[in-house]
Amino acid sequence: MAAPEASSAAVPTLMTNNTLRNAFGGVLSFFILLLIGVLAFSIRLFSVIKYESVIHEFDPYFNYRVTQFLTKNGIYEFWNWFDDRTWYPLGRVIGGTVYPGLTLTAGTIWWLLNSLNIPLSVETVCVFTAPIFSAFASWATYLLTKEVKGAGAGLTAAVLLAMVPSYISRSVAGSYDNEAVAIFALIFTFYLYIKTLNTGSLFYATLNSIAYFYMVCSWGGYTFIINLIPMHVLLCIVTGRYSSRLYIAYAPLVVLGTLLAALVPVVGFNAVMTSEHFASFLVFIIIHVVALVYYIKGILSPKMFKVAVTLVISAGLAVCCAVIAVLIALVASSPTKGWSGRSLSLLDPTYASKYIPIIASVSEHQPPTWPSYFMDINVLAFLVPAGIIACFLPLSDASSFVVLYIATSVYFSGVMVRLMLVLAPAACITSGIALSQAFDVFTRSIKFQLPGLSSNTEVDAGETSSATKEAQNDAVKTEKAEETSKDRPSRKSKKKEREHVEKPSTKTKAEKKRLLALPLEASVISLLLLVFLGAFYVVHCVWAAAEAYSAPSIVLTSHSHDGLHVFDDFREAYAWLRHNTDVDDKVASWWDYGYQTTAMANRTVIVDNNTWNNTHIATVGTAMSSPEKAAWEIFHSLDVKYILVVFGGLVGYPSDDINKFLWMVRIGGGVFPHIKEPDYLRDGQYRIDSQATPTMLNCLMYKLSYYR
Amino acid sequence: MEGPIRAREALALTLFSLLFFLSRSSALHDLLISNAERRIDLSSHIVKVYLTLKVENAGSSPASEVVLAFPPSQVDHLATVEALATKGKRKKTTFVRLEVKPTELPDAPNDTKYFTIYLANPLNSAESITLEVLYMLTHSLEPFPAEIGQSESQLVYYRDSALVLSPYHIKQQTTFIKTPSTKVDSFTRVEPTNRAGTEIKYGPYEDHTPYSFSAILVHFENNSPFAVVEELVREVEISHWGNLQVTEQYKLVHAGARHKGVFSRVDYQSKPSFNGVSSFRYLLARLPPRVHSVYYRDEIGNISSSHLRTDSRKSELEIEPRYPLFGGWKATFVIGYGLPLQDFLFESSEDRRYVNFTFGCPLMETVVDKLTIKVVLPEGSKDPSAVVPFPVDQHLETKYSYLDVVGRTVVVLEKKNVVPGHNSHFQVYYTFKPIFMLAEPLMLASAFFLFFVACIAYLHIDLSIRK
Repeated sequence: MAAPEASSAAVPTLMTNNTLRNAFGGVLSFFILLLIGVLAFSIRLFSVIKYESVIHEFDPYFNYRVTQFLTKNGIYEFWNWFDDRTWYPLGRVIGGTVYPGLTLTAGTIWWLLNSLNIPLSVETVCVFTAPIFSAFASWATYLLTKEVKGAGAGLTAAVLLAMVPSYISRSVAGSYDNEAVAIFALIFTFYLYIKTLNTGSLFYATLNSIAYFYMVCSWGGYTFIINLIPMHVLLCIVTGRYSSRLYIAYAPLVVLGTLLAALVPVVGFNAVMTSEHFASFLVFIIIHVVALVYYIKGILSPKMFKVAVTLVISAGLAVCCAVIAVLIALVASSPTKGWSGRSLSLLDPTYASKYIPIIASVSEHQPPTWPSYFMDINVLAFLVPAGIIACFLPLSDASSFVVLYIATSVYFSGVMVRLMLVLAPAACITSGIALSQAFDVFTRSIKFQLPGLSSNTEVDAGETSSATKEAQNDAVKTEKAEETSKDRPSRKSKKKEREHVEKPSTKTKAEKKRLLALPLEASVISLLLLVFLGAFYVVHCVWAAAEAYSAPSIVLTSHSHDGLHVFDDFREAYAWLRHNTDVDDKVASWWDYGYQTTAMANRTVIVDNNTWNNTHIATVGTAMSSPEKAAWEIFHSLDVKYILVVFGGLVGYPSDDINKFLWMVRIGGGVFPHIKEPDYLRDGQYRIDSQATPTMLNCLMYKLSYYR
Repeated sequence: MEGPIRAREALALTLFSLLFFLSRSSALHDLLISNAERRIDLSSHIVKVYLTLKVENAGSSPASEVVLAFPPSQVDHLATVEALATKGKRKKTTFVRLEVKPTELPDAPNDTKYFTIYLANPLNSAESITLEVLYMLTHSLEPFPAEIGQSESQLVYYRDSALVLSPYHIKQQTTFIKTPSTKVDSFTRVEPTNRAGTEIKYGPYEDHTPYSFSAILVHFENNSPFAVVEELVREVEISHWGNLQVTEQYKLVHAGARHKGVFSRVDYQSKPSFNGVSSFRYLLARLPPRVHSVYYRDEIGNISSSHLRTDSRKSELEIEPRYPLFGGWKATFVIGYGLPLQDFLFESSEDRRYVNFTFGCPLMETVVDKLTIKVVLPEGSKDPSAVVPFPVDQHLETKYSYLDVVGRTVVVLEKKNVVPGHNSHFQVYYTFKPIFMLAEPLMLASAFFLFFVACIAYLHIDLSIRK
């Protein structure tokens, strides 16, 4: 794929003597991309090698179960699936409440493999979906960055993305979650948007809508796209960068994209009815007004145009006021002002903890801490500013998009730790640009300083014809990036120093264009430091992939003096439930274990991780925090026969149910006021020993955890 | 092709034997048993009965078969009946295996079922022969009480007759019952009866007429693992590239007294021998030597508690289900392993090969209620036929595996009520041309070749309308 593109991009440079060189660069970048794909795939296999090929955590189990249903019963049954094994006695309409992208993707892969008589199990396909799509995502990053700043930056960004820890954390083998495919869809949609913006081709605009459709299918985060692109369009219009290409990039996306999005059952009419989408429609109107103005300006004489402007503005203002008033009234009439709870907590970070304890109780909805930035994007955090500066030199439509993307994603990641995932590609792209530009500058000045190098002529050519500079750089950058990716495995360094070197270098880039040279020693030292920086990043990423993010969380391991000890108690419990209870028995547990119980034990649960019905969860929370008799009555009314409680006191497992108990009390108390949090606290402290309050000592959860 | 011929043969044989019996039914009573000694081993949940019969021909014509009788309640649980004829005296005794077949006899009292032992040489008048009969009974120990708590030990009933059921007159007989421990709650006394240690002795009894029966009931402690595999599917896949892949799917159940009340893991962990005496945690599977890539998992992932010990003569896999099994608890799991092909595949003639593998369940001391063995032959093999030392149901299936086009022939063998006694070898013969081994690599190579050609063609074709 990439090879023909790269070479076809290089061919029209009209530099016939360099055709072979460009072709070589194309082949080289193709193989580099292939290796990047392999890297992205294989760095995520630590979980399979260290543990086993198994689905991880909670949500992936639900997705796995849905995929199993899909492969067994077909797509039509899937759309109509009413699941009676969860949310007893309410049930849940899965087909209409789930983002089907991931499931359909894995289902299609499975179907394809099986029709070729390659009998892989659904589980295997699900486990490896995320690594495969990370490879795709890094290729998409290459394409996107190439559109912005050329192939060299593209390759660097792709390498960075292939192993950025933040993305690894969500896409290790077995982490079968929406984000796994959604990040690919996100980057690819952005790529097609930029591509359309650069080419003005309706073909890419249509592809863009389809990519957007895939993103809508995959993840609720599609609202990020449908707000970011209008923001960028608005930015372009405001900065006077309106063009017909912008119109082609935006208008089809809104119309086709919204129509396609409305096809997804879980979105449906939300695509036109909730406020998350209003920004796109508003900008859609604005871009038409602007297009009209440009058109009229074209056919009228300047004098007539001025008259027309005054006329239209006075009339238009009145209409606009009316429309806005109607819109505001509409939005205000809906209970959450048209915004869903999770989106609201994005805009107002304190919203969730104030109003919805169930959102606040999830750790991935908390704001991140500073160390988590360093953990998740590592040195990229320091490269990003440099990359932003590089984007302004010179500012194009595409690079302004990258700047906007990084700015908004930094804000959102600061609100919710989970959205760090959206930041990661942006950080990779900007850092890729920064690194690539820096390498470009340093190597160019080294080449210039060293006499007798044949590249002198090439540099001269670049100097004289600045128009062809970009294309010519491609080949040079390709080699540079290749160099970095090869040199990676053996280095170490500090980032502070490189900061010092890096900033002036980009600043002085303008004058270098004239001088084309830094001092030789400075260039060599800076290059080395950059290489060390990259090495540090690689070491950190591999460590993060191997140690921090590959535990499947259903199997716990501990290292003791006599070797590895495995705690497989979760699966022991689920297996027991599966084989030794009646098929229709109801199992009550806190909602964390809902998905796993339905998937692994195949038993009906009362609440699960979908958390769509707060009252139902509160009922379980109340039962858990009530005395035994009251709890028995609640559970009896729900036909519960078994209660699953996780107790980690014996082995010191920290996230057991008694630790989560305060959330049960809070969520239960939110709906049933007779459960009061202070009753469970002794002097404001949460205690589970003999000092605990009598209410605490008599509640069901305590009794179940410490039954003797 | 094989099926009908076999069926016809069997039918002819039955008809023939029926005729044979009808004509010679009087010969049945010409034999008499001068001495019968029976040893019933109740130490595991498989009841093993060793019966030594000294048969005399009191009639005038030579007899070529001896009939064994079983009460109908035992026949359903009868897994295997084997008979050996002893020759020679004392130290130089040699054993000759004899053919045993179930037979129907007219006017059998109380639905008694029969097995006929075919003697190698007809027994002439006034001669005698010593027969060693071994038969195994499954599901014959009834837990009583039927439900027990975690720390209680398991008591079972065993029902039988103090006298050997036989269509012949028995001059003298003795029965020994061996219990697993000295804890025997009660047993029926049929004088003379005495008990010493783990053994209860009934007899000797003199001169009992044919079909004498005296019901006895032994109530004793038996805490041996009542491991029953309700269903076992063994799939043996032959790859001529040098590997024999075995996949075994188990549905295991503890068939002892049902568990009652709570299960306390803490109690179990602290004193497993006392709290949970009737449960079992480990099972031992005996696998062939040179086994490799062993896995042990179930539908939700790997089960991390297993140990493999290998030496040059055998491999032992100690597996531990996810939880200890108490009475009535179930577990399912899969064991898979690879074996070097040259240990199991042999050539019999030109292009004709046979695979030689063990029947039965590799788990020690388990009963398999329903065993299915699927031998997946390589793609392109023809004329499969199976040779099994005991009667099994067999049919053919087709399976599609990696990149198959026509599918692989699968020989399916099914047998109910399988005990470790069935762990003997069976053979599956088939014809295979080695050229078929290259089919899939060639297919892949040509697919990639076509792909690359298509790529080259695409790059060199200009599809644009305007030049």
